[in-house]
Amino acid sequence: MKNKNTPWTGVAILIAFVLMAVALYGALVFSPEEKQLGNTIRILYVHVPSAWIALVAFGIVSLCSVLFLWKRNLKWDTLARSSAEVGLVFTSLALISGSIWARSFWGWWWTWDPRLTSTLILWLIYLAYLMVRSYATEESRGARYAAVVAIIGFVDVPIIYLTTRLWNLAHPPPTVARGALDPIFVWVLMVSLAAFTLLYIILLTRTVEQKNLRREIDQLRQSLK
Amino acid sequence: MENLGYLFAIYTIVWAVLFGYVWVLLLRQKQLRRELESLKEALRAKK
Repeated sequence: MKNKNTPWTGVAILIAFVLMAVALYGALVFSPEEKQLGNTIRILYVHVPSAWIALVAFGIVSLCSVLFLWKRNLKWDTLARSSAEVGLVFTSLALISGSIWARSFWGWWWTWDPRLTSTLILWLIYLAYLMVRSYATEESRGARYAAVVAIIGFVDVPIIYLTTRLWNLAHPPPTVARGALDPIFVWVLMVSLAAFTLLYIILLTRTVEQKNLRREIDQLRQSLK
Repeated sequence: MENLGYLFAIYTIVWAVLFGYVWVLLLRQKQLRRELESLKEALRAKK
């Protein structure tokens, strides 16, 4: 398996860096204060992209798990596992930023609202997916068990999506989709979403590359014995 | 200018976690490449 960096990797990293800088400028300088939320609107620009990546990454984990169980090709398992590792980081960021935002605006850190609870469950599913693999005695068995966890765990993704549409509790409904947010905030949010998505893709490809390197090292070790 | 402390806390945490994660990935990648090179060297010497 090739592990050499392509010119596209460098270009992608450069674009991600520029996009991140633009997103940060947009969030902290360009974006005005919102009438109701005040300065806390700026939290939206890291909270929503983190939550978006949390869902996308788990979608990739589940899709690749189906493909792995179907084709029995290790490349799908590697992609699923890598996406789970990166996704866990972004899910943690979504939970932490959401909790601090809630504290600043409503005065509480946590409440058992359906959106918050289902996101916490997603975080636990990510954790279970990674733990199942590390506890399995055989790598291939761990990969199969984890794939099953990912496929069953995917049920939580549409639940997270639907929670604020079905129940109007603590977590606010999607303001962008309803057109309730001024276009300037939507634009800054779109730039942040693009920056986070590109960062996710780069982190994912780096993690996949590392797993391939690790496999190559293990194979070389075997041939040296 | 309300709640700036919370805003500062969130941005610090998010960026520290992201930079930390990228840093760990880069370090691990460097270490893996070094390990791979030394193994290839050992394999060449064995032949």
